[in-house]
Amino acid sequence: MLNLDYSFLNWAVVQSFVAKGFWFSVQLTVVAMVGGILLGTLLAMMRLSSHKWLSVPAALYVDTLRSIPLVMVILWFFLLIPKLLGPLGGQMSAFITFTLFEACYYSEIMRAGIQSVSRGQVHAGYALGMTYGQSMRLVVLPQAFRNMLPVLLTQTIILFQDTSLVYAVGEYDLLKGFEVAGKNFNRPVETYLVAAVVYFVICFGLSRLVRELQKKIAIIR
Amino acid sequence: MSWDWQFYCNDTATQEAVAGCFGPGGKEQTYLQWMLSAWGWTLEVSVAALLLALVIGSLIGIIRTAPNRWLAGFGEAWTELFRNIPLLVQVFLWYYVLPEFVPALKNPAVKTALVICALGFFTSARIGEQVKAGILTLPRGQRYAGQALGMTLPQTYRYVLLPMAYRIVIPPLTSESMNIVKNSAVAFAVSIPELAQFAQQASEETSHFEEIFIPVTLLYFISAFAINRVAKFIEARVRIPGTVGAK
Repeated sequence: MLNLDYSFLNWAVVQSFVAKGFWFSVQLTVVAMVGGILLGTLLAMMRLSSHKWLSVPAALYVDTLRSIPLVMVILWFFLLIPKLLGPLGGQMSAFITFTLFEACYYSEIMRAGIQSVSRGQVHAGYALGMTYGQSMRLVVLPQAFRNMLPVLLTQTIILFQDTSLVYAVGEYDLLKGFEVAGKNFNRPVETYLVAAVVYFVICFGLSRLVRELQKKIAIIR
Repeated sequence: MSWDWQFYCNDTATQEAVAGCFGPGGKEQTYLQWMLSAWGWTLEVSVAALLLALVIGSLIGIIRTAPNRWLAGFGEAWTELFRNIPLLVQVFLWYYVLPEFVPALKNPAVKTALVICALGFFTSARIGEQVKAGILTLPRGQRYAGQALGMTLPQTYRYVLLPMAYRIVIPPLTSESMNIVKNSAVAFAVSIPELAQFAQQASEETSHFEEIFIPVTLLYFISAFAINRVAKFIEARVRIPGTVGAK
């Protein structure tokens, strides 16, 4: 029968196996979040543009990447990045892949956010003599961003979970850290369980924080 | 860039061309056969997981709206549990960890079923959320009307609430169903011979990366699109009379 033994999991083991992976997962999440939101906002603005040459490529890019499994996207990018940009190393490739992929999801959120700002606000901006850029930057985007902040952060929690898929190309992330530790001490069952608990605590904790934030920042109308 | 598609007719073991592109089957198969069987695996895992997710997700969605704190709390806990652990980790839990607790699951015959459960339970949390939202969008009066007519609570759900709620949530259920096809790719990690695993293995064996990734990506597109069409067909057939979308 079953005898679970967690005694091998001391601080030294965590430091030497897990910490490195955790740090990479966090880096990947933050880079892909910042880059993804910036690129996603740009894509959303392109998609909402009345110029076909802007909206069609943006829609095509977003819809295509969103309908491919992330595992396949990772395999594709790890094949194409070295061919197009030269050898960048696995970590850099992961940063690029996740930024470009998550931008699609963030762009759909930002598109909804921009569309949620009432038309009168844009007209008011124009009436004050603002250019398109100014009314976007000073009137529309701050409100869109504020309205969508909880959704953007929820997407970031999903992104953090998705980073475990770098497994497909063997990058050393949080999950991999636990796996390697488990293999070393021949305790894979325990380490998978601990990994699940760690991911759960992080994601559940963050989702609670997002919920609190949501209550705080809701615009009172 | 020069592509070579000839290798699809090669035997996967001997790398020699097979006349007619189809070997006798079993171990003696061509890459084309391997890819088609991988597609079959993807579809099988996706559809089975989808059915499982719909059944469990509906139950979870219903009990989260039930007037019983324990049931609602259980539904809540279920949702949080399966939503806050990455799918890949959940697959490992089902595949490697659970059989240690339940030795009967060590049988290789149930390995696929374990992955289907992983994918199905993961998705059930999301579907439960949507079913709950669907039930909650209905005016409270509908529930009261059912009970005023002397229906029991299960009858109210069966004849009044659910027939409306399901039809309201078909669009989000459709995208969740398409997600399940995409998420099934995670099964590669436990060596289920589905498309992503084929893509990885076969491309390394043959070094024909683009020639393998392109059809695999297209097959994922086609599979998700097929589910989308079926869902749209159902959506059109069961549209609620008198709403904006109805004929």
